[in-house]
Amino acid sequence: MDNVFFPILTAMVFTPLLGAAILVFVDRENPTLQRWVTLLAMAAVFVFALIVYGGFDPTRTGMQYEEWAPWVPALGISYHLGVDGISLLLVALTAFLGPICVLACWRDIQEHVKEFLVCLLLLQTGMLGVFLALDLVLFYLFWEVMLIPMALLILVWGHPARRVYAAVKFFLYTMAGSVFMLVGILVLYFYQAKTTGTYSFDLMDFMALRLPFRLQLWLFAAFGIAFAIKVPMFPFHTWLPDAHTEAPTVGSVVLAAVLLKMGTYGFLRFNLSLFPEASIFFAPLMVVLALAGIVYGAFMCLVQKDLKRLIAYSSVSHLGFVMLGLFTFTLQGLQGSLIQMINHGLSTGALFLLVGMIYERRHTRMIADFGGLSTPVPRLAVFFMIATLASIGLPGLNGFVGEFLILLGTFKVKPLWAAVGATGVILAAWYMLWMVQRVFFGQVQSDENRLMADLVPREVALLVPVVACMVWIGVAPTPFLKKSEPAVGRVLARVQRVQHTAHLNSTWNPECLVSWYLADRK
Amino acid sequence: MDSAWLIPAFPFAGFVLNGLWGRRLSRKQVGMVACGAMALAFATALGLFWLLLRHSPDQRVWEPVYYTWMAVGDFSVNASFLLDPLTMVMVLVVTGVGFLIHIYSTGYMHDDPGYARYFAYLNLFACAMLILVLAGNLLVLFVGWEGVGLCSYLLIGFWYEKQSASDAGKKAFIVNRIGDFGFLLAIFLTFWTFGTLDFREIFHAALLRFQPGDGVVTAITLLLFVGAVGKSAQLPLYVWLPDAMEGPTPVSALIHAATMVTAGVYMVARCSVLYALAPLSMGVVAAVGCATAVFAATIGLVQNDIKRVLAYSTVSQLGYMFLGCGVGAYVAGIFHLMTHAFFKALLFLGAGSVIHALGGEQDIRRMGGLRRQLPVTFWTFLAASLAISGIVPFAGFFSKDEILFETLVTGHGVLYVLALGGAALTAFYMFRLVFRTFLGESHVDPESAHHVHEAPLSMAVPLMVLAVLSLVGGWVQVPMLENGKRLGRFLAPVFEDAEGLLTEGTAHGSHASLWTEGVFMALSVVVALAGIGLAYRWYVADPTRPERVAARFSRAYRWLLNKYYVDELYQAVVVELLKRLAETVHEWVDRAAIDAVVDGAGAFFRHAGTHLRRIQTGLVQHYALSILAGACLLILAALAV
Repeated sequence: MDNVFFPILTAMVFTPLLGAAILVFVDRENPTLQRWVTLLAMAAVFVFALIVYGGFDPTRTGMQYEEWAPWVPALGISYHLGVDGISLLLVALTAFLGPICVLACWRDIQEHVKEFLVCLLLLQTGMLGVFLALDLVLFYLFWEVMLIPMALLILVWGHPARRVYAAVKFFLYTMAGSVFMLVGILVLYFYQAKTTGTYSFDLMDFMALRLPFRLQLWLFAAFGIAFAIKVPMFPFHTWLPDAHTEAPTVGSVVLAAVLLKMGTYGFLRFNLSLFPEASIFFAPLMVVLALAGIVYGAFMCLVQKDLKRLIAYSSVSHLGFVMLGLFTFTLQGLQGSLIQMINHGLSTGALFLLVGMIYERRHTRMIADFGGLSTPVPRLAVFFMIATLASIGLPGLNGFVGEFLILLGTFKVKPLWAAVGATGVILAAWYMLWMVQRVFFGQVQSDENRLMADLVPREVALLVPVVACMVWIGVAPTPFLKKSEPAVGRVLARVQRVQHTAHLNSTWNPECLVSWYLADRK
Repeated sequence: MDSAWLIPAFPFAGFVLNGLWGRRLSRKQVGMVACGAMALAFATALGLFWLLLRHSPDQRVWEPVYYTWMAVGDFSVNASFLLDPLTMVMVLVVTGVGFLIHIYSTGYMHDDPGYARYFAYLNLFACAMLILVLAGNLLVLFVGWEGVGLCSYLLIGFWYEKQSASDAGKKAFIVNRIGDFGFLLAIFLTFWTFGTLDFREIFHAALLRFQPGDGVVTAITLLLFVGAVGKSAQLPLYVWLPDAMEGPTPVSALIHAATMVTAGVYMVARCSVLYALAPLSMGVVAAVGCATAVFAATIGLVQNDIKRVLAYSTVSQLGYMFLGCGVGAYVAGIFHLMTHAFFKALLFLGAGSVIHALGGEQDIRRMGGLRRQLPVTFWTFLAASLAISGIVPFAGFFSKDEILFETLVTGHGVLYVLALGGAALTAFYMFRLVFRTFLGESHVDPESAHHVHEAPLSMAVPLMVLAVLSLVGGWVQVPMLENGKRLGRFLAPVFEDAEGLLTEGTAHGSHASLWTEGVFMALSVVVALAGIGLAYRWYVADPTRPERVAARFSRAYRWLLNKYYVDELYQAVVVELLKRLAETVHEWVDRAAIDAVVDGAGAFFRHAGTHLRRIQTGLVQHYALSILAGACLLILAALAV
């Protein structure tokens, strides 16, 4: 299956970059052509992703479509890409949303169109690179590269009032986390050099290491901080509402749908795989934070007055579910988390698209300014309703599959955790339906609302595929789950192996910490 | 039969057609699509019923499996159905009564601008309800369960421009979600206990592995019952159902009387084996059912909105069904579910006809004397009232009496007395409604009085069909006759295992003599007649009397009229408190604590930068001085150590 005649992953990652390069030479006065070029590049990426997805062999656990080339051989840095069941779905989601984002900003962005599109394309390269990179320097590079266009999106095309604050907050928050990760990567590198004599940043080499428990704890923390901020986990979440609120529509969509997943992906790919003992050790803490995020995010939603802020806080709650699933160390929990990453991308992405469409028409996002919108914009209301239902986990739509599997896995480990998590499901119905009620039901109060125009065909066309995917995953999730099961199973096996050999107790008490820490020292 | 999927598929097709293209179709076409879909579903159901009957009783189980819905590791759940006599009864009720209510709706909703939307939702509801009753495992049942909840939400809030309607829809969904919370946990516990969610496999394993009273089964059944309490509007989660009357009246008839709200009863009956293994849960089911039956009936006594009276009546009647299941009389519970579907749908549709005739009036204080103007409505409404009150030979008599009698013979004396009292209340509030609406002087406001008109044929015919069913519907299960209990025999294979467990070692089901049965039957009728008689004395013979009574017991009256202030209590204690909490946390944790730290960190470095910048003076002398001072410090430090 791997024997595609050209390096398809490289093509996928760098097509947007190529598109950006071409854009530079397109006439500034011709934004339509610029949009088409971007759309074409994004569509090409999507086609590549489809080929990869179709050719992916779900029975194999390892990396597929691997590409390797030396990059800085002196330091052991290589150019190494590959895809496995964990990254496959995320890559597919990223590629799928690319063209949709271009269509979504077709009318929305009228100033500095070219620069905007360049940012969007760079972002796409960065995101795909993060999911596909198997060399940690390469990974870190993409991780940081992606930060800049995103911050620019907020800074330049954001809403004037607070965009500088939001962009700076986003940038500093993420950078602060990344620094710890960089240190972590270097520590891994030198540890490997010291113990085995190989100088390499390759993930596969790191996977072969057996790290002492003490070191694992520090490295887990270093990587964990970076990822926890990205997720964002409670209490590192406060950058998210600001960034979402101030970002332009497409920025919010990409941020919610893909960027946040890098945090959860990072936990799954690095923390769980590289530091299994530390993962077990930290699991109770992570679960508590995840549960706190679920409930806390939901509560915050109840008091929000701004649509985007509300959806941003709902992301905190939903990503809490993902984190909960990861740290249950059950196959159902992990698989549920992975599919929930996709689900959240689709449903929250759709919600941000829809809020963007409302904003484009009314230039406000305050819930109090609306009411009764079902009457002037019935089509928009229908799509909004479907996205809401997907988001609150109605069976038959995608959200249910993820939440159900996560809670099922959680229940196996500790029924109480599942019970606490499940309260998030009740609260979600409350805050989401209350929001829908205040926006779409009731009497139309103002003339601006009464004269709102319903969706145009372009908007319907970009929403229909998203909704179709929601239904598809909801009705028949098995084909998606099957693609990722071997890879997820392998990560789980790494954790479970040490769970059994080391007899790690998942009760979190200082005595354990001290005794293990000292035991390791001898 | 594999073609069972067709039954929900027809209404789903109707939903898609009307949902996507309904605005472009004429009203007639929309109605044809929706009713046609239901007719086809009903016809398919009848066909399958016929096929089922051709098999011998022990072979009347089909389990079509369509595909693997979700599979992760050792967890796997199929999209599968289970077609047995219990399912068949439910499917026939849902498609049959559903079809009639669709027909009625074509008349009732005729002038509504959201005609196509209405029928799309109604078809979607039928589809979800059919999935619920056909489900072959707990998770597919949950799909239907949530699906009907969604449709209920959409249809209660159908007139979304009305604040009270959208409030009621939201309330229904959220309260139901509280119940679903229990349901979900029950599903998890079931899976990790039995390794499967498939009904037949669960029951089989439960019989092999567990003894009556085992903790796990008790926990599962109690959690499932939390779900049932939400969906079937029992204490303490009943509060959404009366508010649900904001929806169009045919919706109240279909969803909030005949079908959806009975899903909890169906689920308990479906899991009869598990409940039979958990005596504690059975006791809880019976007690909650009985308490709700009486509690809701007392509220129903004094309400003035015709639909609200019926809503509390529904809550109360659902309580009877749970009582039946709770004492182990599953057949009686399902039997009452069936007859209730007939007469309560009829009552709501009759009420709809009155409301329609009066141009939207729902207050019985502004009705009266409508008998002559609305003869069809009156006579059919009367039939349904006799049925719910439990008068021989109407349907409700047989089913309610069976529940009462079973309660008594299983040794639940206290519950029996309460339930009998509830029956008297039922007869009273129902005939209060009949008398105030159709008899006596007219209090209709003169403006709409001369517009009063009998329902069109599309509405009258369903009324008449349901009236016939309210009369004869009980004759499938006649006590004391040889071969009288046909429904019981039909359902017997389903409840065989549960009843085997319940009778084991106890005198349960010991045959009370015919004479005893006859006496208690007569007692039920006498009690019902007493209720009707009292209603007659108060509301026909001496119409000023209720006011005097209300004045005399004004405190009790106010409590009843205000529904024991339960809604106010929930609003204050749960809703407001949580909102207040959320606001406080947002203010103090998110803003004051976390963000302050974040912004503070930023500000710290900025300020630090501004101050530290001053050191960079650019003068070589300053730097040299610093180096010297540093070196001195180092030397001092070295000496100190």
